[in-house]
Amino acid sequence: MNLWMRQIAGVLRLEMKKTFLSRRGWWVYFLALGPVFLTLGHWLIEIGTHGSGRHSLGEDSLVFAGLFHFYYLRLGIFFGCVGIFSNLFRGEMLEKTLHYYYLTPLRRELLVAGKYLAGLATALFLFVGSTAVSFLLIGRHFGAGYTDYILHGPGLSQLGSYVLVAALACIGYGAVFLMSGIFFRNPMIPAAVVMVWENLNPFLPTVLKKISVIFYLKNLCPVEIPIPPPFNVMVIDADPTPFWIAVPGLLVLSLILLIYSGLSARHTEISYGE
Amino acid sequence: MSDNLITFANISRFYGEVLGVNKVSLAIPPGVTSLVGPNGSGKTTLMNLMTGLIRPSQGEIRVLGMSTEDPAHLCRAVGYCAQFDTYPKGLTGYQFIYSFLRVFGMSHEECDQRTMAALETVGLCDARNRAVAAYSKGMRQRVKLAQATAHEPQVLVLDEPLNGLDPLARAEAIALFEKWGKMGRHVIVSSHILHEVDRISDQVILLSQGYVVAEGQIQSVRGEVKDQPMQILVRCDHPSQLAAQLFQENHLVEAKIHTDGHGLLLRTTDADGFYLLLNRIVIDSGLVVESVAPADDDVNSVYQYLIGGEGSTI
Repeated sequence: MNLWMRQIAGVLRLEMKKTFLSRRGWWVYFLALGPVFLTLGHWLIEIGTHGSGRHSLGEDSLVFAGLFHFYYLRLGIFFGCVGIFSNLFRGEMLEKTLHYYYLTPLRRELLVAGKYLAGLATALFLFVGSTAVSFLLIGRHFGAGYTDYILHGPGLSQLGSYVLVAALACIGYGAVFLMSGIFFRNPMIPAAVVMVWENLNPFLPTVLKKISVIFYLKNLCPVEIPIPPPFNVMVIDADPTPFWIAVPGLLVLSLILLIYSGLSARHTEISYGE
Repeated sequence: MSDNLITFANISRFYGEVLGVNKVSLAIPPGVTSLVGPNGSGKTTLMNLMTGLIRPSQGEIRVLGMSTEDPAHLCRAVGYCAQFDTYPKGLTGYQFIYSFLRVFGMSHEECDQRTMAALETVGLCDARNRAVAAYSKGMRQRVKLAQATAHEPQVLVLDEPLNGLDPLARAEAIALFEKWGKMGRHVIVSSHILHEVDRISDQVILLSQGYVVAEGQIQSVRGEVKDQPMQILVRCDHPSQLAAQLFQENHLVEAKIHTDGHGLLLRTTDADGFYLLLNRIVIDSGLVVESVAPADDDVNSVYQYLIGGEGSTI
């Protein structure tokens, strides 16, 4: 392993030791585990009622699609990434510990890379894991029927799509909020701006729609959720971006943001607001 | 430009409208160098500049020939024990030192060996597996010192390194600084415990309000303060007789008999002339002189002379 790889591995190891499943991230774990508890509760209730009022597998699939669109993408992963990634630099500035990194012979670009990978590992573990577990739990009360749906029906492909979208969301939002943590003293301000922009996406003109993360992610989801009335009249339709453009496009966009963050980090100074 | 010096070439640093340091030009040789000045005089700014944590608004800094803009090279040669009493959360003393050594790119074995050696140097081997957050202030200061020195830097920058240490640990730390200085390393120290650091300093840099007021070996700096008569303490058996004879020369400004009756504290405008005169008096009168020593060539006195009232805050 060359020096750069060893240094990035050193940062990754240190960041994971400091932050992975640490107590101060409790609210991020809550965001990730919320749907798991919800789907677990749903399963237990369905078992408890012995199938009375049982709904169809298709309905559960639609419920999960709604949960994924409106909770995971717009709330859980979004704010989870705000909490994880914007604190990678800003949190250390507030705790006055960033200088320890700045006093190692580590190129700042590599520090950004190492911290991003550590944040990404945490985000993927929490949100991709949560998505997969929730998906597996939501139809569990159908027993062998749900197993068959996953193994021999469209279930596995849907699960794969949701996992991929959740991972891409972590990658994209992670890059956005890592950058905001370097540039802004209060990362909640850019987070609020990005959130408003992302949620306005269905109502934006086609050109503006494409300057967002949610537009690409939404098109990759296996089940589409229409905007309910009366808001649906304001929706402006745009041609969905094909898979082969959406996925590399998001990865390239994230890479550009990371490179820009790395170059900007070169010029940052240690000033703990004194 | 020498590769064995830390050089500041006309360095200024402003924090917005506020002056950090202004027009500083220095060439710091190996050995122990003390930065002396009251709060806000620019000591920490100078230290942050030479370790690359902040950039100068103008001018150029070279550390052993390296630019401070290049952390990949600079930080292998520099160790900085900063003033902040803050530590990454959730790490033990061992993990704190070991983990940052891994960021240097060293192997596990080398990091482990250096970590243990650094912990041993500061006497924290037994406490290595306790969380740094659970350490006393003195232990935290020591683990910070160990972390800054674990990679054996050629340049060691220490901002108030004696804070929180008990007298024994302080003496050990000072002995360590002296040892590193004698090994040919640069040891740059700022401390308000002047009389202790003063003893081991090869040179001092006196700062006031962002400007370098004086620099060099403390005796030379004292010698250049011409408008303040030199204080000399003479221990002898008949101080009053000595005083009477010394007053025959007009360069003697003041003489005070020591409270124990066996010494004379003198102020003279011509130290060289005084020493010649003292030799003559001793030979002629047969006085028994135990010792003759300058009484105000320490950092604190020099600072008081140069800066006046402000010096009392250091």
